[in-house]
This record gives sequence, structure tokens and C-alpha cells, in this order.
Amino acid sequence: MSSEHKRLSSKTRTLTLVVVFSQALGNFALAWGMKHLPAQFSFTPLSVLKVLFEPWVAAGILLLMLWMLSRMALLSWADLSYVLPVTAGGYILSTLMGKWFLAEQISGTRWAGTLLIVAGIVLVGLTQHNTTKPDEVPQRIEEPVEVLT
Amino acid sequence: MIAWLLVGVIMASTITGDLLQTAEMKRHGEVRFTNGRLRRSLGIFTRPLLLLTILCMAVSFFAFLKLLTVADLSFAVPATAGTFVLETILAKIFLKEQINTLRWAGACLVACGVALLAL
Repeated sequence: MSSEHKRLSSKTRTLTLVVVFSQALGNFALAWGMKHLPAQFSFTPLSVLKVLFEPWVAAGILLLMLWMLSRMALLSWADLSYVLPVTAGGYILSTLMGKWFLAEQISGTRWAGTLLIVAGIVLVGLTQHNTTKPDEVPQRIEEPVEVLT
Repeated sequence: MIAWLLVGVIMASTITGDLLQTAEMKRHGEVRFTNGRLRRSLGIFTRPLLLLTILCMAVSFFAFLKLLTVADLSFAVPATAGTFVLETILAKIFLKEQINTLRWAGACLVACGVALLAL
């Protein structure tokens, strides 16, 4: 395994963890915020604006922004068909947090579904993170840098 | 009924957004986390495809926010995971990704998991 491949694999693992945790925590904060709103939520602009400034909702939005940026970075070198399943760990974390902190009822069927998702993640995790050939995706043309003297 | 309608909106906007985002990020090349390069990477947000992606994500986000008011988190999050198989197929067609047996099997397991979650 070349050092470049090792570097990219390690970077992929680290960023995958950031994506998984920021998504799960972001979704949890949003759900907590939405379930504890002081008034009934409606889709009027003022109501939406008010909701965005609720502390838990705002924290959820910030975490989901981190999720979006880290996922964008991951997609700059890894396949979409790789990133989607390996970052599905967030769904399992969300299910667990829904059960532990929001007292949601998780049926046996839902647990079975969650286990299948885990198995899917493991299988996809065994594949290469990038399978596209460089000539298949148009590369950005670097603009020449002007040197001021 | 309203919950499943919202799941449909979330899926359509998520799939479109993900395909556009991946195409644009691949064109940009690997994002590196060194100061100068990261700052230069931020310029990518002015690209039309990424602006469209952000629009799709906004639609998906507000539909998800509404879904959370009518359904449990443990239903809302996994039910929207139905995008896995569809996006894998579309990634093969449009992004020319090589999907081997393991990856297909993984995507199908995830889809089966989603079907169980929805029962």
C-alpha cells in the first residue's frame, strides 16, 4: 500500500467519523428542540425564523452545517456509493439517542432493520473508497497564477 | 400519510442534491485542510451546481423539520434512508462509479433494513 493511499485511507476514516457524529448529534438536537417548542410550530416565515433561534434547533443547525461541510470534503475524493452507506452509522446513533434521551419506543422489527443497516455498512466499508478513473470526471483547470513584480 | 409524503419530498431533493454535489466536488478535486488550500476551496460555494445543491438541501431540511413534528425521530431518520439503493444506481449511471458485488450487497442490505424500519 503506497503512502499516498494510506494517507487518504486514514483521512477517509477520520472524516467519516466526523460526518457520522455531527449528523447524529445534529438530528438529535433538532428533534429535541422541535419537541420542546414553547408554541405550536407552523410554516409561516415568522414562525420559522423564531424556531431557527431556539437554542437546541440552532445547535442542531450548526452541527448539520459541520456535517454538510465534512461530507462535501469527503465526496471530493471518495465515491458517493461508498460515502452513503459508510456514513449510515449516523442512523444507528440517532435510533439509540431517540430511545435513550427522547424515550421513543423501538420495536424488534426496527432493531432488526438497524442491524441490517450495520451489516450493509460493514460490507461497503470493505470496498475501495474511490473507483472512478481520473479521466471520467472532468478535472478543474487550474488558472495560471500571475506573479506581481 | 403526510409523513410518507414528506419522506418522498426529502428523498427526491436529497438524491438530486447528492448527485450534483458529488459531481462538483470531484471536479474540484481533493479538499486539503491546510490554511491556504482550505481558503481557496471555500470559493467553490459560488459554483452554480453547488448553489443548486444547497437549494435541494434546504428543501430536504425544511421537509425533515416538518416530518419531525409529525413522526418519531427513530422513524423519520431511517425512513429517509431509502435513497441508498437509488443513489447507488444513479452514481453508477451518471458518475461512472464502479459498483462491485460487495457494494451492491451492502446497499441492498441497507435497503432491506429500511423496509423493516418502515413496517
